[in-house]
Amino acid sequence: MRNATATPALPLGDDALILSHRLGEWAGNAPVLEEEVALANIALDLLGQARVLLSLAGDEDELAYLREERQFRNLQLVEQPNGDFAHTIARQLYFSTYQELLFEHLATTESELAPLAAKAVKEVAYHRDHAHQWTLRLGDGTDESRVRMQRALDALWRFTGEMFEPVEGLETVPWPALHDSWATRITHTLEQATLTIPDGPRRGGWTAGTGRQGLHTESFGRMLAEMQHLHRSHPGATW
Amino acid sequence: MTTPRPAETAATAAAAAPRPGDWPLWEVFVRSRRGLSHTHAGSLHAPDAEMALRNARDLYTRRSEGVSLWVVPSAQITASSPDEKDAFFEPAGDKPYRHPTFYEIPDGVHHL
Repeated sequence: MRNATATPALPLGDDALILSHRLGEWAGNAPVLEEEVALANIALDLLGQARVLLSLAGDEDELAYLREERQFRNLQLVEQPNGDFAHTIARQLYFSTYQELLFEHLATTESELAPLAAKAVKEVAYHRDHAHQWTLRLGDGTDESRVRMQRALDALWRFTGEMFEPVEGLETVPWPALHDSWATRITHTLEQATLTIPDGPRRGGWTAGTGRQGLHTESFGRMLAEMQHLHRSHPGATW
Repeated sequence: MTTPRPAETAATAAAAAPRPGDWPLWEVFVRSRRGLSHTHAGSLHAPDAEMALRNARDLYTRRSEGVSLWVVPSAQITASSPDEKDAFFEPAGDKPYRHPTFYEIPDGVHHL
C-alpha cells in the first residue's frame, strides 16, 4: 500500500468515512422513518466526501477496507458509538460545526482540498443545522430529553479538544481562531437550547489521546471489523 | 382496527409519554422550478413546522426535484367528501362548452 500519511486528505477522509459508517448504523434503528432518512442522507454526503478525499490519498478501497486500526487517522470523536439519539446529535453538533468552519477556510486556500471543501461546505451547513435544530428541541423539550442531551454533550466533551490540534499538511490553518469560532457557535446553540456548556478538560493528560496519531478508543476495532468484514472475506468481489 | 374501550383509552393516554407516532402529519408541496406552482408531493410526520420543512427536504428534494417547499398541517386541510362527489363534480361532465377548446392557442404559450 502506498504511504498515504503525507496528505491531509487522509485524516479528513477518515473523519468522513468513519462518521458515515456510524450514522449508517442507524438504518433500521432510527426513532422515526423521517429521521432515519435524514441520518442516512448525512451519512451518504459524508461517504461522498470520504471517497474524494481518500482518492487523493491513494486507492479508496484499499484505504477504507485494508488498513489496520492504528493506520486510521480519524478523530476519536467520530468513532464514538451512536449511543442514544442525543449522543448521535451531540456528536453531529460538535463535528459538523468544526467541519463547516474548516471547510469554509480550506475553500479559500490554494490547497488541493479547496474544490472539495467548497462543494462540501453546503452539505455540511445542512448537517450542522440538522444537529442545531435537534439540540434545541431535545434541550428545551421534555425533562427526559433534556437530561439525555446534557449527558451526551458532557460525555463527548473530552473528545472535542483534538479537533483543533494541528494536522500534518494543514499548517496554514489558523487553528486557534477556528477553535474560538467553534466555541462561540456551540455556546450560542447550547444557550438557545437552555443547556449548560460542559466544563472539564478537552486536551492534555486527561483527554483521550489522539486519533490523528492512530490511537483509537475501544469500540473502534469492533466497528472496523464490521466495516471491513465483507471486503476481507471476499477480496476483489464485484456486484 | 379495533376501537379501544373508553377505560383503556384513558389508561393508555395517562401512561404513555408522547411518542414519535404522535407527531402531527404534514402535507408537502414542491415547486419544481421557477414559474410553476407548488404541487402536492406527499406527506410526512414531524414535531413542528421547521422540522417538517427539513424532513420534506430530505424525503422529497434529494434528486433536484425542487427549488421551493411548502409544508401545511394536514389537519388544516378541508377536503371535499366522497359522498358529495356527484353533486360537486358530475354536473360539469356534460358541458363541453365550458372548456376553452374552441380557441387557437398561440404558439409559444406553455402550461395552459
